[in-house]
Amino acid sequence: MKRRACRFLRLLTVAAVLAASPLSLRAQLSMPCRMFDLPNGLHVILHEDHTVPVIGVNLWYHVGSARERAGRTGLAHLFEHLMFEGSGHVPLGRFDEWLEAAGGDNNASTSVDRTNYFESAPSNALDLTLFLESDRMAFLVDSMTPAKVDIQRDVVKNERRETYENQPYGEAWLLLDENLFPPGHPYHSPVIGSMDDLTAATYDDVVGFFRRYYIPSNASLVIAGDINPEEARKAVTRWFSDVPAGPPVQPLNAPLPRLTSERRLVAEDRVQLPRLYMAWATPAQFAPGNAELNVLSLILAGGKNSRLYRRLVYDLRIAQDVTAFQEENELSSKFYIVATAREGHTLGELERIIDAELGNLSGILPDRREIARAVNTIQASFVDRMERMYDRADQLNAYFTATGNPDYFAEDLGRYGKLDPDGISAAAKKYLDPAVRVVLSVVPAGRKDLAAEPPEGGK
Amino acid sequence: MISWRLLIAAAGILVVCGSAPGQKPDRSAPPPPGPLPELHLPAVQHATLSGGIPVVLLEKHNLPLVQIEVAVKGGVAEDPPGKAGVASLTATMMQEGAGGRDALAFADAVDFLGATLTAYAGWHTSGASLHTVSAHLDSGLVLLRDMVLSPRFPEEELGRKRTELLTSIAQWHDDPSAIASVLFHVTVFGPDHPYGRPTTGMESSIRAITTADLRSFHDSWFQPGNATILVVGDIRMDDILPKLERLFSGWAPGKVAPRVPYPAPHRRPTAIYLVDKPGAAQSEIMAGSIGIERKSPDYFAVQVMNDILGGSFTSRLNQDLRETHGYTYGASSSFEARLSPGPFVVRTAVQTAVTAPALAALLLELRAIRDPVTPDELSRAENYLTLRYPQNFQSVDGITSRLSELVTYGLPDDYFNLYADRIRSVGGENVRAAAMRCVVPDSLTIVIVGDRSLIESGLDSLHLAPIHILSVDEVLGPVPKTGRDD
Repeated sequence: MKRRACRFLRLLTVAAVLAASPLSLRAQLSMPCRMFDLPNGLHVILHEDHTVPVIGVNLWYHVGSARERAGRTGLAHLFEHLMFEGSGHVPLGRFDEWLEAAGGDNNASTSVDRTNYFESAPSNALDLTLFLESDRMAFLVDSMTPAKVDIQRDVVKNERRETYENQPYGEAWLLLDENLFPPGHPYHSPVIGSMDDLTAATYDDVVGFFRRYYIPSNASLVIAGDINPEEARKAVTRWFSDVPAGPPVQPLNAPLPRLTSERRLVAEDRVQLPRLYMAWATPAQFAPGNAELNVLSLILAGGKNSRLYRRLVYDLRIAQDVTAFQEENELSSKFYIVATAREGHTLGELERIIDAELGNLSGILPDRREIARAVNTIQASFVDRMERMYDRADQLNAYFTATGNPDYFAEDLGRYGKLDPDGISAAAKKYLDPAVRVVLSVVPAGRKDLAAEPPEGGK
Repeated sequence: MISWRLLIAAAGILVVCGSAPGQKPDRSAPPPPGPLPELHLPAVQHATLSGGIPVVLLEKHNLPLVQIEVAVKGGVAEDPPGKAGVASLTATMMQEGAGGRDALAFADAVDFLGATLTAYAGWHTSGASLHTVSAHLDSGLVLLRDMVLSPRFPEEELGRKRTELLTSIAQWHDDPSAIASVLFHVTVFGPDHPYGRPTTGMESSIRAITTADLRSFHDSWFQPGNATILVVGDIRMDDILPKLERLFSGWAPGKVAPRVPYPAPHRRPTAIYLVDKPGAAQSEIMAGSIGIERKSPDYFAVQVMNDILGGSFTSRLNQDLRETHGYTYGASSSFEARLSPGPFVVRTAVQTAVTAPALAALLLELRAIRDPVTPDELSRAENYLTLRYPQNFQSVDGITSRLSELVTYGLPDDYFNLYADRIRSVGGENVRAAAMRCVVPDSLTIVIVGDRSLIESGLDSLHLAPIHILSVDEVLGPVPKTGRDD
């Protein structure tokens, strides 16, 4: 993230999920788009909604931390920061000044797979947003300097401190990434990168990264909201026509090493209460099993009547909180269960209950009401994401990137309509397998006795 | 003919695509904005239920969503003496069973709809809010009615919630931003002012609160004569009124409690409070004082002034501390304008090693904002605030917040349309006058949570003000001990 946002960014990166719904709702959620390609390869998606005179402009570059090489972790995200520091025709500082003067906001985020840049602005500022985005796509390096890299290196290091090191339990996420995917896997390194690698990144790395990945054919642009599509098409064509094409980016097709056994870790932190993390590598977004696992996260920990909340927090009162969620990605998703023990309770106690409940999913199949609760909740959260144009534009781009169809809502909803108790139970058994997961205990300093037990129960 | 038209259309496309690479856009200056688009909001509609409850509605039909909020006067500021946290805990417990349903059954009913139904306690208002897809409106409304009119406040659930709250307070001990926030507010407002206390209360008051206290708070403030119903989304007045009439006709009026008075806080001379957090990677900084009330004549000038100081990405604080020096991931300032003057605060988290120079830079900006701002800064702030305003109306939740602002502060129905004029008529003189009144460098409370061994000598050498050293326990009290049945 370029700037401070929600502390729980991870939850926001979980792609929106959809649910089975009445046909009438599906019809209302159809978001028709017009698409075209520029000769330089930029793919453009236009979507009209005139409710409020606002546009969401959203540009995805199909590059994230998965493309980084060893010794340069964090480069994709550091690069994201540098995209705001001026370009050939936009002096340092003016990107934000000009946009704010037009009533616009902007931000960006980097994931393992992609980097997205977005503006929310009054509809009369369309040309300005396209000028700014096209200028940095075409002319970023014209104004890049080692001094700019140095300043943003410091900002990003402070982002790392604020988000991870100085956050209670914050470093757990870094440990989980590094252990869930073995060395050599594109998702092995956390997106934020290591302090050493951030220190090592050079001006030449930045320029090389730009030339290789920030080319029109590796990007897709969505404009959603108060637009006249024909005028928007002309404006995009005008502003992006002088962006040079580049050699196409080849898909990632390295072999994907997998976890072959359970990994158990203990970390000490400056915290009052121990917290247990379980993490699994799960099927990629839209792959078989993906929808089942999204529903499972809610059956396990969505609301008071969910299986884990009910046992750990409500009935036994041995946990302060429990969450389960999936971060969906192109090569592999990640499924997490996280629970904090109450005073006087150990993570071993929590783990035994969680394992028992995961096992129970085979014996006590999810009933219709459990599934309906989950699916209705997913569906409602999806409608909410359609409200603001910048959210809607990002969803259209996400669907386009994953499926080739930005208006993929009906198909996505359809996946959830087909789920049945047996399939959900089978997905839990297959993918939430204790034999291939990471179990991390974060305990107060000096209190390793509160951790989940090592394998075989011994110490 | 048909084939000709097709051919022309196809040729048109070819012309556009074919000629595009040759047309270089003019990048010599940023393109000027087009004509300003107007925000055409539907009118704010008013009606009154037969029992006298006002209903305020704003329609929005692009998505099948409705948000309905029952808001009452009376909030955290009405917590009785020694019982800080009652308003907040009342709201929490309104979600723990109502009408014919216990806590689990009630949660199941809400979750089954995929709806969000929450009760809240603000500083001066409380309420309950339903957010749902239109198809589930009728079922959701019944649950909303039950939550507002007949919460059960079961003893057993209070025990659960008390333990959760005390555990949360234990967890604040880990969190530099929570520690800084508690200390900053109690220092600025004092422990007897509601704005000086955490809305949840602290250990002793949380332990003192009983279900009788919750009932009493609910009976006092959740009164039809005290309530307004806000409706936003894919619904019309003619459709919603009969439903509300039917559901809320049984809401019997009682005696509306008078608001509780509290002392006016006083500004204090500048002082630094350093809370030791050994090993902290950053220093959490809060610096500020008493700000303004919502009805202050300075309200609009303060919006513009704060935008320039620390209210946007290009604000002086963020540009200097982040973009020029790289001390931090971000620095910002805010004024919370409430019924009484709320806090003015600058917040940032900086790398431990640069704590002293970062604080010096921060204070320099607080002095500099009292000098005239440049015309460029002024016009950028005016534009940012006014042109961005329509974005608030994209979501039913955003619109409900704006309607709630109208009701809470008695603003006129055309306020949304007047806002831009008010901001644009502020001018540089008033910005400066507001800064002189509201940003007072010799009356600042400066709270720093960080590693004392690494930052104290640097802070000393700034010779700013007396430095008071505190432990985390001195700020938050000892870590609460909790058993199963607290």
